[in-house]
Amino acid sequence: MTATQAIRTVAQGEHPPLQRSAEERRSRTRQRRTFWLLAAPAILGLFGSFVAPLLYMVRMAFNRGSSDGVIEETFTLDTFARAVEDPYYWKVTLDTFLMGLTVAVLCVIVAYPIALFLMRSQSRFKSVLIALAIAPLLTSAVVRTYGWMVILGGGGLINGTLIDLGLITIPLQLANNFTGVIIGLTEIFMPYAILAMMSGFGKLDPRLEEAAGSLGANRIRTFLKVTLPLSLPGALAAGLLVFVLAISTFVTPRLLGGGAVRVLATEIYDQATGLINWPFAAALSILLLLLFGAMIAGYQALVRKLGIDR
Amino acid sequence: MTASAPAPFKKRVDGGAMAFRVIVALSYLFLLAPLLIVVVIAFSSNQYLSFPPEGFTLRWFAELPQQAGFMQGLQTSLITASAATLIVLVIGVSAALALDRYDVPGKAALSSFFLSPLLVPTIVIALGLVLVLGPLGLTNTYESIVLGHIGITLPYVVRTTLMSLATSDTSCEEAARVLGANAFTVFRRVTLPIIRPGVIAGGVIAFIVSFDEAVISLFVAESGRPTLPVQILRYVEYSADAAVAALSVVLIVFSAVVVVVVERLMGLKRTLA
Repeated sequence: MTATQAIRTVAQGEHPPLQRSAEERRSRTRQRRTFWLLAAPAILGLFGSFVAPLLYMVRMAFNRGSSDGVIEETFTLDTFARAVEDPYYWKVTLDTFLMGLTVAVLCVIVAYPIALFLMRSQSRFKSVLIALAIAPLLTSAVVRTYGWMVILGGGGLINGTLIDLGLITIPLQLANNFTGVIIGLTEIFMPYAILAMMSGFGKLDPRLEEAAGSLGANRIRTFLKVTLPLSLPGALAAGLLVFVLAISTFVTPRLLGGGAVRVLATEIYDQATGLINWPFAAALSILLLLLFGAMIAGYQALVRKLGIDR
Repeated sequence: MTASAPAPFKKRVDGGAMAFRVIVALSYLFLLAPLLIVVVIAFSSNQYLSFPPEGFTLRWFAELPQQAGFMQGLQTSLITASAATLIVLVIGVSAALALDRYDVPGKAALSSFFLSPLLVPTIVIALGLVLVLGPLGLTNTYESIVLGHIGITLPYVVRTTLMSLATSDTSCEEAARVLGANAFTVFRRVTLPIIRPGVIAGGVIAFIVSFDEAVISLFVAESGRPTLPVQILRYVEYSADAAVAALSVVLIVFSAVVVVVVERLMGLKRTLA
């Protein structure tokens, strides 16, 4: 019995009910005060850093802006109307969506083998391999994107090698377009996909595969009939997570896109800093938040479902 | 990796298992490709960015201190990341303490509130910050960057501290209190030493997240106080040459140290998942 338990038992057992409730009430008030006192600085910090900016941004979206930076304080749906009426923003939104979808699918495909391997591995180096798979998360996205610019660029690794080998004469257009951005983002979100799949693969029991094997199924059949169906929910959760991250990312589309890739995030930046049309930038952010929120809700519903199933 | 036990009575293990290993190795190669290539470029003696590397040199590293923009960015990043980490440690640890040790209505909601900045796109937070700070004339300051980074680093500190608190035993604190120590002494002499791994891991992650963060810094302080990631971003926008590679290697090494520290203290997977 710990000291806490002892004190609690004594407190509950020995005192008459009336006295206890008065004492308890006093102690509860004191507890509550300490709680809010301890939590207050963080609440304040988060308010200034996060809540106030978001609220202010929502309010800003209902103002009227113009490209010369003048903001008219009002309450109108003009900015939203502009975003909806202009076919250009439909295309940007669609491109953002398609980019997210492609990255999500590719990312799950390349991350899947690593996640499966790490679930199964009994290697001595397993923890090192797990760390190696997650570690890129803690490296700046700017640095990793730069690495992809070096690999995919006009004079980069792939083009340089192919030209040296005499296979091509004109460099392939691998960067400054959606292709480059999609390749880069696929790699950048792999650690997230691996983490999500490893926690989603809970139901995957190697004994089921052994059973399939001993019942005469070959490896490919075992994979298709046992492993794949059981790991599909985890893969789907990972895909949703990557999709959500991909549609809101800025650095990689900006750098690897070289100005040719227009997605919601780059559009928000241009509206906010280049054109200084804050109401419109805010409206586009709300558009992004809606897309984002719908997918996050889907992701959490899926995770909850997986949790219950397990 | 050959350590996984070969099933003694299965004959067809090898072909399929080998193919799987090769696929896994290729996936790892893809995952680590940009970091590996940056290291190669940083030590390559080619004058311009090209392949294959013709020789080995430390020249790019030696030239780093002469790049005024990068050095200034480094200074800004170190100052803001340190300040943000200190603030977030103080407010985050006390918030975690409140969440773990006191049973108060609304606790669960508050707990998800503290983790919520991770659920909102950084670019949206960044825009909101500009909208608030711009009219106040507070953009392009150290303070604006620090304020922006508090929200996105707080969740990590709260989470790692909560993880340590959850496994800690309260009986030592109880004993200290019974022996007459006041609340602050109990925290400093008993609780803090117990939860130190979580606090350090949270602080280290907060620092690297703030140090590496590019979008908020770009929005709130691009012209006046560009941080190192912002400087690199602006630089590679115009030329993806070897000068950045050496700097990137320094940052990669820095991240690697963080990875090892966090892995040792709390386990990387547990902390980031």
